[in-house]
Amino acid sequence: MATSPIEIHGLTKHFGATVALDRLDLSVAKGEIHGFLGPNGAGKSTTIRVLLGLLRKDAGEVVLLGGDPWADAAELHRRLAYVPGDVNLWPNLTGGEVIDLLGRLRGGINRRRRDELLERFELDPTKRGRSYSKGNRQKVALVGALASDVELLLLDEPTSGLDPIMESVFQSYVDTFRDNGGTVLLSSHILAEVEALCDRVSIIRSGHVVESGTLSELRHLTRTAVRVDLASPPRGLAELEGVYDLEVDGTRARFSAETARLDTVLAALVDVGVRSLTATPPTLEELFLRHYGDQLEPTEP
Amino acid sequence: MTGWALLLRTFLRRDRWHFLWWSVGLAILYVSQGWSVDGLYISQQDFDEAAALMESNTAFIAMTGPPRALNTTGGQVIWQSAAFGAVTIGLMSMVLVARHTRHEEETGREELVRAAAIGRYASLVATTVTVLLANLVAGALVGGGLAAYGLPVADSLASGAGLALCGAFFTGVAVLAAQLTSTTRGLYGLTGAVIGTAYLLRAIGDVGSSWLSWVSPIGWYQAMHPYSGLRWWPALLLVAAAALALSVGYLLFVRRDLGSGLMAARPGPARAGAGLRSGFGLAWRLQRGSVIGWSVGMLLGGLSYGSIGDQAGDLLGDSDLTREMFAGGAEDLVDGFYGFSLIMLALIATAFTLSAVSRPRSQEEAGHAEMLLATGVTRLRWLAGQLAVCLLGTFLVVVCAGVGLAVGYALATGKGSGFERFALPMLAQVAPLLVVLGFAVLLYGVIPRLLAAGWALLGFAVVVLMFGEVFRFPEWLRNLSPYEHLALAPAEPFRIAPFLVLLALAAVLTGLGAFAFRRRDIA
Repeated sequence: MATSPIEIHGLTKHFGATVALDRLDLSVAKGEIHGFLGPNGAGKSTTIRVLLGLLRKDAGEVVLLGGDPWADAAELHRRLAYVPGDVNLWPNLTGGEVIDLLGRLRGGINRRRRDELLERFELDPTKRGRSYSKGNRQKVALVGALASDVELLLLDEPTSGLDPIMESVFQSYVDTFRDNGGTVLLSSHILAEVEALCDRVSIIRSGHVVESGTLSELRHLTRTAVRVDLASPPRGLAELEGVYDLEVDGTRARFSAETARLDTVLAALVDVGVRSLTATPPTLEELFLRHYGDQLEPTEP
Repeated sequence: MTGWALLLRTFLRRDRWHFLWWSVGLAILYVSQGWSVDGLYISQQDFDEAAALMESNTAFIAMTGPPRALNTTGGQVIWQSAAFGAVTIGLMSMVLVARHTRHEEETGREELVRAAAIGRYASLVATTVTVLLANLVAGALVGGGLAAYGLPVADSLASGAGLALCGAFFTGVAVLAAQLTSTTRGLYGLTGAVIGTAYLLRAIGDVGSSWLSWVSPIGWYQAMHPYSGLRWWPALLLVAAAALALSVGYLLFVRRDLGSGLMAARPGPARAGAGLRSGFGLAWRLQRGSVIGWSVGMLLGGLSYGSIGDQAGDLLGDSDLTREMFAGGAEDLVDGFYGFSLIMLALIATAFTLSAVSRPRSQEEAGHAEMLLATGVTRLRWLAGQLAVCLLGTFLVVVCAGVGLAVGYALATGKGSGFERFALPMLAQVAPLLVVLGFAVLLYGVIPRLLAAGWALLGFAVVVLMFGEVFRFPEWLRNLSPYEHLALAPAEPFRIAPFLVLLALAAVLTGLGAFAFRRRDIA
């Protein structure tokens, strides 16, 4: 297909006076797992609900699997599966019944995979909705989604409440889904999960995507932490472009460097003579905090 | 038991509205019987004649209780109210016990409380005391109310005390049930079955095999014979039964873990059955219990109206109030009474329709709609599935009411004409019901949070039916009620025009609502 499964340009959505989405752009290519990062209330769920045709956009352009998510909702939904972050089951239906019902309404379910998933996720399908724990309710929706033969998975914080073992089962299934050509939009704030799974990441803040790219592209835009022990005290390091937060203690130095300028910085260090060096690429957490740092430290001007 | 007094105070605070409404409701149930009896029969001769008719009416006796001193106000009050009162106070006890036991364990709140410095028995003791107090308050209000109305004091107090003791017995049953099952629904099921059985046993006993009345706690209450030779000793049976049920409940309580019941929860099907493959299938699955329950209820309601037979005129007395309320201008009091009954049954059926039509909204709020609408189901199909169940249920409920009327009438009079005179006109009442349904759908589509306004329309229609004639409401105001337009069967012949107009109106309202629903955001 020529167009990518999800293509959003300038999407705006208001709830009364509050602006939930503000000219949001998002593009998810076929065959990738796309991480959708942002804190609570940034607009991740709203975006997904617009993609599902549950909410009506106020402005902008949204293309889902080549169609209009509002007008063609039901036809498009046969080609995708959705897992909400907070799964509410019907109290008197069993987990197995819910999995089958949702699968049938989606247009079919792979029974062999269904049974395999139930086993891997250690889920008892004979319990009623009201007696499942939070994690088990989540598993019901995950089994239902992963057992369907679809092209696209819309996952809205799908693993909240899952233990680490189940988390890794989830990751292996999503990986396989992608390897078979499927596309995934994974909204999450479990950064380890995003780092392990995602090919590309979009970071959303106050209804606007502020950063989008592969993890290494994003890292490139940020700084690498460097600790170095030199042959003699460093000279001229502070004047170098791209060096920040320099601390010198005799022959030892600590600083952070713009990843894009590491070449020149390293060359300067080699001139002095390097005894030992550790360079730490920024973690996703640091990437994330860079965009939200001001929210964490509200006292700073 | 450490901390039970503290819990008791919290429970009493949380339950204060329950205390108020249940006991006021019960007091009204009893005292209003006295008021209506005194209003209906002007002369003692009227009263004697009506009483003689009632005593010979088996259907009445099965519904209410053993007929004693029916030509006195007190005798009428206890006859009409005791069985219903006992069932009501049983339901109150059941709801209150469930609220503080199973519901708290299901939501996990009980775990928080038990983790505090509070004894193992504290919350169960506090629950028991709370519900017994609620019974006491209700009994006192009923006894005091009857005495204040001017009935003999000792008999009035006995009526209240017996009622409270019935409540105590059902409290014990509910506490026991709370140990057996692990869910609130299970508790309701078990306790409800005991209440129903107690009512049924005394019904059969009062009609024929009188020993069965002596197996039923409600029968013991009625055996106290207030206002017709009061005796207190049957109350001891109630005390003993309540104590027994409570003791067994407490014994079982120590033998189970928090959150579990002695009866293990049954596993359900691991795969969905063939019926569960569409929005309609799901809606039916979720609502079938309520549809069946309402159908049975309306059948019984119809039966009870129908079993009055041609005695309506004599039973209701001949006061002006009766004529205005029931006859509604009809010449024949029997026809007038059945015309009134048809609309009354239709209004009761509307309560089913309104509760069924509120399901889409509660499904939406619970996040269930979101999961379904994220599949291949279109919005219209989803809504249509929900409304189809509502529509089907409405038809079923109305048909049951009509059949009940006709069968009851046939049983009482031996005449089969009831099918034509009452059952068919009852069917026509579907039209105003569907108008209310359409109104509710319109609200749901446009402003879902105002859905409850549908109940206001029902309330208005009830007021118009009960008081429109008496207080001479202007014509245009009465016409706002959808129930005021059909021909007044059985006195008047069926007219097709208003029936079709109502149906058309219902269709337009529903269509507009569905149109609006397609265009709005899903919560």
